[in-house]
Amino acid sequence: MASKTMQKLTPVQREYQKLAQMHEPPRPVLRNCIRAFFAGGAICVLGQAIQQLMIQFGGFDKRSAGDPTVAILILISVVLTSMGVYDKFAQWAGAGSAVPVTGFANSMASSAIEHRSEGLVLGTGANMFKLAGPVIVFGTVAAFFIALIRLILKGG
Amino acid sequence: MTLMLKGRQSWVFERKPVIAATATVVGPFEGRGPLGNDFDIVHGDSLLGKDSWEKAESALMEEAANLAIERAGLRKEDVHFYIGGDLLNQITSTSFAVRSLSIPYIGVFGACSTSMESLALAAHLVNSGGARYVLAGACSHNSSAEKQFRYPTEYGSQKPPTAQYTVTGAGAALVAESGTGPVITAATIGRIVDMGIKDPFNMGAAMAPAAVDTMTAHFRDLGRSPDYYDLIVTGDLAKVGYSIACDLIQKHQLPIDLNKYNDCGLMMYDFNTQMVQAGASGCACSAVVTYGHLLRRMREGELKRILVIATGALLSPLSYQQGESIPCIAHAVAIEANPEAGEGA
Repeated sequence: MASKTMQKLTPVQREYQKLAQMHEPPRPVLRNCIRAFFAGGAICVLGQAIQQLMIQFGGFDKRSAGDPTVAILILISVVLTSMGVYDKFAQWAGAGSAVPVTGFANSMASSAIEHRSEGLVLGTGANMFKLAGPVIVFGTVAAFFIALIRLILKGG
Repeated sequence: MTLMLKGRQSWVFERKPVIAATATVVGPFEGRGPLGNDFDIVHGDSLLGKDSWEKAESALMEEAANLAIERAGLRKEDVHFYIGGDLLNQITSTSFAVRSLSIPYIGVFGACSTSMESLALAAHLVNSGGARYVLAGACSHNSSAEKQFRYPTEYGSQKPPTAQYTVTGAGAALVAESGTGPVITAATIGRIVDMGIKDPFNMGAAMAPAAVDTMTAHFRDLGRSPDYYDLIVTGDLAKVGYSIACDLIQKHQLPIDLNKYNDCGLMMYDFNTQMVQAGASGCACSAVVTYGHLLRRMREGELKRILVIATGALLSPLSYQQGESIPCIAHAVAIEANPEAGEGA
């Protein structure tokens, strides 16, 4: 816990938080990392296989094969989300299932399904980007600054 | 009539209101837990054939309320008041459930402590002559709670080991002025305790001090020794909160035999086969465990006197996003086997 927030607490609260922390089972960080590595890696291998198939049998070249590959991965993720499987896989896989494009698709599909009961416009439409929205916003902002740095360093 | 108030914050019910009937309704996941056989209705579909989680939650409550009334041999018109609540915004699940019952209604919110809050108030009403029959109820639904407090149910987020699983279910108890069921002898209304915990995925740690505070107040106000009870249970502290509560009990030198202290959040699910992290939570947790499981053990004569301390985390999705800590509360109700009715026979 940050020392700044600790300072605002009363001595009793501080003492309690120390006690509470002792009882808190730690997040299994190493196990989560290993699982994320293999789960995320497996999704990437699957993506690579799809891309390879697209090149071999789909008539795409190496550059254009990326588009149908992403579309298929998204489709798989949305189907698994609708079937109620993806969230269970994610509890096991952690960041491994959240970081690839399938995680992004899951965040949108799950929000869309969840809020369908509030109607198509105010429910699905308004809530679909509830979780994905911040990724887009801060992704765009980060891209802008990276581009700015590049412009300054390399000059266009 | 002697004063009902005892000590600082407790009531002693001289007329011993009776729990004439109870009803518990749960979802499929709860039915697969170790207490599955203790519940009256186990649904196979967590949506109950409805088109939203919220409607399903309301249906659970309505079903439990109707069943409790029926079991008490009463009609809806005989019940004077309904006291209850749930976790959703504006306690809509309860209000919508009571809509069809047309029983005069008092909505209460105590988060997961609502079960005992409503039971204590029902007993108070009956004891003071304010009503002859009062129905107390509490409900929660895993998916509607996830949707409101956390993420969409199908969203793949990894929960930490301190997280708890909200129980899908509803419990109702019909409190009457006389009858053959177990009796309510006392209640202690808790005060808000906030130890500065901010993590909504660690409710057990946030709520444990409130539970111990109410426990201490109960024994102090009533001048009772914890030995008086065969079993003391907290509502939904689960693994983390329970172990903290045990520590606090020892630290404050409360003479509680820890073998006689348990937590509903630990009893609800099978930790080996069900993925519930630290354990169960939700309004329905203490409601269905008390009304379904504990009162069954009391009927069979295994338990004579129990103290149920339902714990609640009074946060909202907005309050924790704004960085507020989690204020917590706990309410205790003492339930005893009815000596006149030959309980356990």
